[in-house]
Amino acid sequence: MSALAEPNKWERLFWPLAAFAVLLGLWHYLVIWSGTRVFPAPVQVERGIVELFHKNILWPDIANSLRRVAIGFGAAVALGIPLGLSLGWYPAANQVVNPVMQILRPISPIAWIPVAIIFFGVGDRAAIFLIFLGAFFPIVVACIDGVSNVPSVYRRAGRNFGLSPGQLVAKVVFPAALPQIIVGLRLALGIAWLVVVAAEMVAVDSGLGYLVIDARNSGKRYDLVVAAMLMIGVIGLVLDLGFRRLERFKSIRWGFRNEF
Amino acid sequence: MAVSETIGALPGMGTKLQVEKLYVAFARDNKTIPVLQDINLGVSAGQFVCVVGPSGCGKSTLLNVMGGFLTPTSGSVKIDGEVVRGPDPRRVFVFQERGVFPWLTVEGNIGFGLFKLPAAERKQRIAHYIEMVGLQGFEEAYPSELSGGMKQRLEVARALAVNPDMLYLDEPFGALDSITRHIMRGELLRIWEAERKTIVFVTHDIDEAVQLADRVVVLSARPAVVQEIVNIDIAHPREISSPRYLELRDGILQQIGLACKI
Repeated sequence: MSALAEPNKWERLFWPLAAFAVLLGLWHYLVIWSGTRVFPAPVQVERGIVELFHKNILWPDIANSLRRVAIGFGAAVALGIPLGLSLGWYPAANQVVNPVMQILRPISPIAWIPVAIIFFGVGDRAAIFLIFLGAFFPIVVACIDGVSNVPSVYRRAGRNFGLSPGQLVAKVVFPAALPQIIVGLRLALGIAWLVVVAAEMVAVDSGLGYLVIDARNSGKRYDLVVAAMLMIGVIGLVLDLGFRRLERFKSIRWGFRNEF
Repeated sequence: MAVSETIGALPGMGTKLQVEKLYVAFARDNKTIPVLQDINLGVSAGQFVCVVGPSGCGKSTLLNVMGGFLTPTSGSVKIDGEVVRGPDPRRVFVFQERGVFPWLTVEGNIGFGLFKLPAAERKQRIAHYIEMVGLQGFEEAYPSELSGGMKQRLEVARALAVNPDMLYLDEPFGALDSITRHIMRGELLRIWEAERKTIVFVTHDIDEAVQLADRVVVLSARPAVVQEIVNIDIAHPREISSPRYLELRDGILQQIGLACKI
């Protein structure tokens, strides 16, 4: 067997599962070995998840978190892509806006929580605003970079065929920048999923973030805390995998050289 | 060097392209660098003209001015008596094969410039040019699935599909291997004979120029002037080991200042 040989299908499934099983085992024995009475063992967490399902708590919380991400992320996409494309297309405008953006960009959405509560009060809109903030800047930056990286031959070819500036952006610049924009969107979605949990701990009383903090506050139910954490992880993974499927479209895949 | 006054289009044929007293300079580090100096050139309709010259002499700059992508510092380029002011679908630029759009299929690329046509006619034109460049069976393929030569043919087809009256080719076969390049020259001549577009073809390959062109324009080193225009009076298909071919080729090599021996 050479090092270049493709792993078998069962191997590709087996080894990650094996690693997962080892991790669970380690967790289980560490809990026993340390004699902790606060931190739950895997079995307790599993029971916690079942309990959450039975009490019909988990589905509404998942739905609420996803709804907030959908609205906040959706708004960031709807505003961020046109803004990013425009700024990429007009470098002069970008020079004006860029310094402000570079200052706002590194501020964690968490730091915005007090401001968001002043603006929107404690509630859904504050949480959605925070998600929007977290997702907005990576999308804008990805669009600016994507547009400025479009090879000039493509723009020239587009102009040569008599396209108006609007058509040039829609038919040449946008599709040429799309692979890079997709990368930015994926990053932004990951951030949105991070932010929703934090926002729900402070601003609202539903959602997976609220579930974590509520399980701790009302009776130190750490089995439920860890159960909610696991759900957050699994859903985050599913969102990312879903997004990755976009990269497989042939009209996008050319931008990902290592993808096959 | 004084030949530039005597070169117009051949008498009896309509002048398609007229370059008059063209001067192009770039500003760099507060200095003005002249690139093209007093270029005068006429090209008749349907003619195949190759532009050769030493590396960096301004061949591509000349082509970009002709194509309307670059505004001359002074002088003018006229096509059908009209001054060129910008790019125009009536004269299409063909880059090396990297100009095809990787997000579109073969069909999508060829149909790219046909957005003003009704769907039925667009479809028919796409099919026609797919056949002309021999890409049948690859209609749904993306450029990443094509070889370099196929991509180049795709780009030529995309340019021809909008039915331009001129083609500008900027070292189109420069990135291809020598066998593919050889085949592509034959293909281009076949297409040119079928469609009779006026072609301006920039190359650094003198053999390529003598094989393809009706006339070869030899530019000097920068700042470029037209050093000589050589009429290639050999009928197609050209015998590339004939004495006349070798004589013309060696003449151009000497013009550029290269010895014919290695």
